[in-house]
Amino acid sequence: MDNQHSTRLKVLDLVPFGQADPLHHFYALRLARPAWTQWEPGQFIMIRPDSFGLEIPWGRPLGICQLNQRHLICFFQVVGRGTQKLAELKIGEEVTVWGPLGHGFNIEDDTQTLLLAGGMGIVPFVGYVYSHPKPWNLTMLFGHRAPLDCYPVDTIKERIALDTLRETVPGDLDNLIFNLEERIHDLADQNGLVLACGPRPFLKTVQNFALKFNVRAQLSLENRMACGVGACLGCVTQTTEKWPEAEHADSYVQVCTKGPVFWAHQITL
Amino acid sequence: MNLAVKLPGQSIDLNLKNPVLTASGTFGYGREFAPYGDLNALGGFIVKGLSLAPRPGNACPRIIETTAGMLNAIGLQNDGVEHFCQKILPEIAAYNTAIIANIYGGTVEEFFELAARLNHEEKVSALEVNISCPNVKHGGVLFGQDPKMAAQVTAAVRRGAPNKHIIVKLSPNVTSIIEIAKSVEGAGADSVSCINTLLGLSVDLKTHRPSLANIVGGLSGPAIKPVALRSVWQVAKNVQIPVIGVGGITNAYDVLEFILVGAKAIQIGTANFISPTTAFDIVRTLPTVCQELGITSLDDFCGSLEC
Ligand SMILES: Cc1cc2nc3c(=O)[nH]c(=O)nc-3n(C[C@H](O)[C@H](O)[C@H](O)COP(=O)(O)OP(=O)(O)OC[C@H]3O[C@@H](n4cnc5c(N)ncnc54)[C@H](O)[C@@H]3O)c2cc1C
Ligand SMILES: Cc1cc2nc3c(=O)[nH]c(=O)nc-3n(C[C@H](O)[C@H](O)[C@H](O)COP(=O)(O)O)c2cc1C
Ligand code: FES
Repeated sequence: MDNQHSTRLKVLDLVPFGQADPLHHFYALRLARPAWTQWEPGQFIMIRPDSFGLEIPWGRPLGICQLNQRHLICFFQVVGRGTQKLAELKIGEEVTVWGPLGHGFNIEDDTQTLLLAGGMGIVPFVGYVYSHPKPWNLTMLFGHRAPLDCYPVDTIKERIALDTLRETVPGDLDNLIFNLEERIHDLADQNGLVLACGPRPFLKTVQNFALKFNVRAQLSLENRMACGVGACLGCVTQTTEKWPEAEHADSYVQVCTKGPVFWAHQITL
Repeated sequence: MNLAVKLPGQSIDLNLKNPVLTASGTFGYGREFAPYGDLNALGGFIVKGLSLAPRPGNACPRIIETTAGMLNAIGLQNDGVEHFCQKILPEIAAYNTAIIANIYGGTVEEFFELAARLNHEEKVSALEVNISCPNVKHGGVLFGQDPKMAAQVTAAVRRGAPNKHIIVKLSPNVTSIIEIAKSVEGAGADSVSCINTLLGLSVDLKTHRPSLANIVGGLSGPAIKPVALRSVWQVAKNVQIPVIGVGGITNAYDVLEFILVGAKAIQIGTANFISPTTAFDIVRTLPTVCQELGITSLDDFCGSLEC
């Protein structure tokens, strides 16, 4: 894609999310707009602040939350040394960004589409809900652990019907799984579409139900990545015999270039 | 400043626009990096390891970041040499830069067949023989750890590809890298590249499990630069054939350090993950850095370490 490139972008601001989270683990990062001509919700960037030095060699993959005339917005949770450094970025500082990377989610104007997000899996759906020409065909179920105000749900709530389920005690997980099953089952009669992003066990559950009820579903994976451009073969996922390119059926393909969004029946989690 | 370099081989020479190559397994088949820079500016690129039959590679996770480096156990995933020649090579053949095929065989015979298959591919400038992969069950580093085996593989590739410059890629996971280098020189190698990755381990305290499915993996990146420099220095002093330096190079200064200890050319590996523009940035900044350090000829500078 000619559109892709690597560039230096200025940090416009970094806003902690979640009043109830004193540790400030959640951040919205606003960067100057890159010179991309096009992008799709579900695509991602690799970001690397200079503070990584040589000690932290890889960039970090982050979903594209929103892109408009003036800026690129990402949203991240601090989970380790790399995201900790991102949380220490200063306004005006420049970071290296390459992208937009991978393939996004299907946008089908007139299809009943169910968005399923687990935790930070909500990120690509912010842009998705924004870009969809007929948002009244979208509904969303969001499972999360931290308080709701830690996540970028406001713009989504304004546009579509959003149900949220917070997981605090073990019983909540059963409830989430029950809800996932019911919602996916409901779509079967409407030839609907399921789009899911979240932790692996969450995606596995969605995949199981989608296959069980024969509902079309796309899953966005978050595998460990080094290059983000398809070169290292470190981020691969296993395909099924239904993978469209015969030579890579029942084999491994790169999540960064062939994904991160995959049809549920074409991969094995 | 003229950056062109010549690697005089025992049988076939290798001429490069400049000493900057990209290392096998870190640069795909070149085209992955086309959006990020002009591939024609590079001295050349070395493609991901090719085997006779397609290989699915190892189970996941295959990579883990470590301090100033990373471990990988990809297991040489590739679609086989035939797929490369028929599908990939035609796509990249138009680039005006050296395309070097990295090859891996499980037996001496397989190395021979790979070499024979690539011998008549005009766009392939050289073969790099991987006798140093720590991530495969058969062959791999075992060939690179035994001087006799290393010589047998080299001789087989030499026979299979009489028209190609043959680079043998050495492993640092040996008692004496000098001994292996001399042995492959004796068997007809045109040059050697050092080094491949160092065998390492990373574990997860939360899960009590290794970070990689393969348990162990190859360490690369800035962390291994001193080992690579030492290896290049030792080998360059002890063989007549050219040495290509690889291991932890991230900028033009690193490149010159390798040339100072005796490397004729170098390869950029893990640094391509630091940024997809690293290799291009290094080519672009090399003349300025040479000027800054008063270096007027890479040939004169090569191996000029005083000690
Ligand atoms: C395509 C893609 C899009 C992503 N989008 C976002 C996003 O929009 N916002 C966001 O906050 N995160 C996102 N992630 C995950 C994010 O990249 C990781 O959280 C980050 O790389 C962790 O880096 P670290 O150095 O802080 O953690 P590390 O020190 O590398 O690891 C710390 C802990 O995090 C776990 N971890 C590492 N990498 C990942 C990963 N890829 N996914 C889940 N856990 C991981 C490790 O197992 C470890 O337990 C995305 C990942 C991918 C592949
Ligand atoms: C992800 C990855 C894949 C690699 N694959 C190969 C390979 O297929 N064949 C090979 O000879 N070396 C392979 N290598 C080794 C590199 O070519 C290089 O020798 C090594 O990484 C040291 O250089 P560096 O520190 O600059 O990365 C690989 C390295 C990495 C990190
Ligand atoms: S991250 Fe390197 S191939 Fe996907």
